[in-house]
Amino acid sequence: MSLAPSTTAGPPIAGALRHRIMRLNGWHFLVITVALLVLAPLVVVGGSFLRPQPELWQHLYQTLLVELLWNTLWLVLGVPAGTLLLGVSLAWLTATCAFPGRRFFSWALLLPMAMPAYVMAFVFLGLFDFSGIVPSLLRSWFGPAIPIPDIRSAAGVITVLSLSLFPYVYLLARNAFLTQGIRALEAAQSLGCNRWQGFFRVALPMARPWIAGGALLVLMETLADFGAVSVFNYDTLTTAIYKMWFGFFSLEGAAQLSSLLIVIAFVLLVAEQWQRRRMRYTPSGRTGHSGERLQLTGWRGRLACSYCGLILLVSFGLPAMQLLLWASSSFGEEFDRRYFAWLGHSLLLGLLGALLIAAVALILSYARRRQPDRLTKVLVWISGLGYALPGSVLAVGIYIPLAGLDNILIDTSRRLFGTSPGAIFRESVAIMLLAYLIRFLAVGHQAVDSAMQRIRPSIDEAARMLGTGGLALVRKIHLPIVSSGLATALTLAFVDIMKEMPITLMTRPFGWDTLAVKIFELTSEGEWERAAIPALFLVAAGLLPIMLLIRKMDR
Amino acid sequence: MKSFVCLLTVMMLVLTTLPAFSAEKNELVVYSARKEHLIKPLFDAYTDATGVKIRYITDKAGPLLQRLKAEGEHTQADLLITVDAGNLWHAANEGLLEQIDSSILKTNVPEALRDPQGRWFGLSKRCRTIVYSTERIDPAELTTYEALGEEQWKGRLLLRTAKKVYNQSLVAMLIAEHGEAKTEKIVRSWVANLAAAPFSNDTKTMEAILAGQGDVAVVNTYYFGRLQKKNSDLKLALFWPNQKTSGVHVNVSGAGVVKASKNQEAATRFLEWLSSAEAQNLFADANMEYPVNPAVKANDQVAAWGAFKGNEMNLAKAGELQAAAIKLMDRAGYR
Repeated sequence: MSLAPSTTAGPPIAGALRHRIMRLNGWHFLVITVALLVLAPLVVVGGSFLRPQPELWQHLYQTLLVELLWNTLWLVLGVPAGTLLLGVSLAWLTATCAFPGRRFFSWALLLPMAMPAYVMAFVFLGLFDFSGIVPSLLRSWFGPAIPIPDIRSAAGVITVLSLSLFPYVYLLARNAFLTQGIRALEAAQSLGCNRWQGFFRVALPMARPWIAGGALLVLMETLADFGAVSVFNYDTLTTAIYKMWFGFFSLEGAAQLSSLLIVIAFVLLVAEQWQRRRMRYTPSGRTGHSGERLQLTGWRGRLACSYCGLILLVSFGLPAMQLLLWASSSFGEEFDRRYFAWLGHSLLLGLLGALLIAAVALILSYARRRQPDRLTKVLVWISGLGYALPGSVLAVGIYIPLAGLDNILIDTSRRLFGTSPGAIFRESVAIMLLAYLIRFLAVGHQAVDSAMQRIRPSIDEAARMLGTGGLALVRKIHLPIVSSGLATALTLAFVDIMKEMPITLMTRPFGWDTLAVKIFELTSEGEWERAAIPALFLVAAGLLPIMLLIRKMDR
Repeated sequence: MKSFVCLLTVMMLVLTTLPAFSAEKNELVVYSARKEHLIKPLFDAYTDATGVKIRYITDKAGPLLQRLKAEGEHTQADLLITVDAGNLWHAANEGLLEQIDSSILKTNVPEALRDPQGRWFGLSKRCRTIVYSTERIDPAELTTYEALGEEQWKGRLLLRTAKKVYNQSLVAMLIAEHGEAKTEKIVRSWVANLAAAPFSNDTKTMEAILAGQGDVAVVNTYYFGRLQKKNSDLKLALFWPNQKTSGVHVNVSGAGVVKASKNQEAATRFLEWLSSAEAQNLFADANMEYPVNPAVKANDQVAAWGAFKGNEMNLAKAGELQAAAIKLMDRAGYR
């Protein structure tokens, strides 16, 4: 471990270090291992500062920097606001109310998650840009002078990203509302709160860790997004990072800009933890809402139904219809048997990666429960940072050290045995799984950790008194309670991995093409009709786990 | 639960320790930034003709170069294929490509379209040229790229984003011709004439002309070709600018032999084959481009766009001046 006392340190420091190390236990070592894994690429990225690029920074400062920061700031404010508005309201409706179509909407509203943001962006541009269908129709009806707001603006990007990312908030908030003890609401009502007050003063504050967790994921995803903003030609920090790399061919410059994102993400993580300090979010009494839903009848029910329907239509219905339309026109040209192999790879990678992520998320979350000291806390924060980096940058950060390690192994083996087995990491799927873990650990951890908060310490005490401890306690008591969080983590990670592009592109061994790779190839040549086919496969493959998840949560 | 965990562990182990792939004798490994559907037919044809198998991986040029660098001398790559001369120039500049002295390649690829030191060779040619609305514009009004900044095009010009390497190469070639100060003036005058914020791709740019948002734009020929294929009654046409001066801006997709390759001989043979009459039509037609080999004719649709004089300055300039071009466009407010 890197914490081993070094010989250069003076004796007192070494002694203090040794003392600290003696106090570390198994949980610490697990968490340290995970944090080191995540830190490795971050260090590679941070190492770029060893080669400063003053000229590029000066250029950036003189020309674009202010504009980039403003553009990024708009997104960082707007997208969470939009996703919270949509996600929380929809979650509240489907979790605690009864209205026509509720059952259908409760799972269908997660569908946009299966739709990559850049696909949504492209469809929206096709519909609402000047040359798009809707403005063209409006002009033909009302004349060419009709004022149409420009979708290629901050507001347009915020709308598209909100529509594509709100399921994160929806999923976590819904989980919270469903597992909230109904007694708290009843108590609130007995104290004279009406329904609205009950929602804003009891239910919403109680669901805060979930909602904040969802918003945090949205924020980090927004910071790292490249696909959607580049379709809109909306310049953000991420597009500047890509320009540094692909335009100036300065990976150092790109990495230095990326560290800005890491800092922002770290601040966000700390802020999120700070806002829930000294709070316990354990439910009291019965959980679940079966039979106790708020009945929305008459116009109220119809309103709720139309609201859900409208959001579903714009966030999933329209893009899906467009994809189907394109797919039908290019099916004969594009589809062949290889699609099944790509689908298989996507599914397998998604499944393995998701299991790995869920398992590690569980370990982290559990470690923090058992070991609530500052070191563990900080290490767990660090473990989530991979999510805020643009995928390409993270991919390089992972690939460079592993390829270097491979080369050392090859050289050593040649020297020792006169022959070498070839590269180990970069020709195996292990590197991909590792990269996915580093990238999406935050997603899994948010979901699992918010569920973990629901386990009252008294449960542990009671179980121990009855003679159940150690692993049995975890298996019999904790796992069942966090299982909804685990299922959420699995689903989110699965779908995210299948959509993931830059890491898959960079780290896949020969022959491991996936649906996302195919979408990349076709869209980067502007072949949208043909790209619709792998995109549809991807959406369809994401549907099943999403439906399973909702069924599990509703039980 | 237990059996499930066991199964999982076994699956992980099997997958992660899959026998590492090592190149066979009769096999080439290609890293390609040109997309699979545009190159796979060529690979298949070569395998049919010679029995040499080809393994490939596709990605953007930036990550591919980084991958090559990280793998160092132990890379399995034999050939690097990318689009845009700027990317090829950078690969050569990073020392990733081998100098190839092949009389076949020298005959098949015109001098302006290959590295003076023989590290990369253009394989297909595309023009970045002017496209205009046939409904609203008389082509007699058009002359040069530079003239698109004149007063008469105020509020009528449409451009793709400056972040696209094709525009960076175009501006780099203008810098090579006019110098920075004059080129910056030209780019500023373009920006002043824009009818809408720059678009993210050429197709959208042309659709905006069709919808009446603007009248002229600068695009790559094959994007125009694709629209034309879909709509034979397209109200757009290509114009070849700068015919009396430097010529139309041409760019290439091309390839070079990887320096660390263990199969440089075989890779060179393949590269030569790609420039041969046999492969050139396959290569170019897949994307409605022009063959680089002067002995090979473009296909009918492409040839129908008419003959033109292309810029004959060596494309290595596009790479050398790319960074200067990006900075210039940033200063000029071209996004």
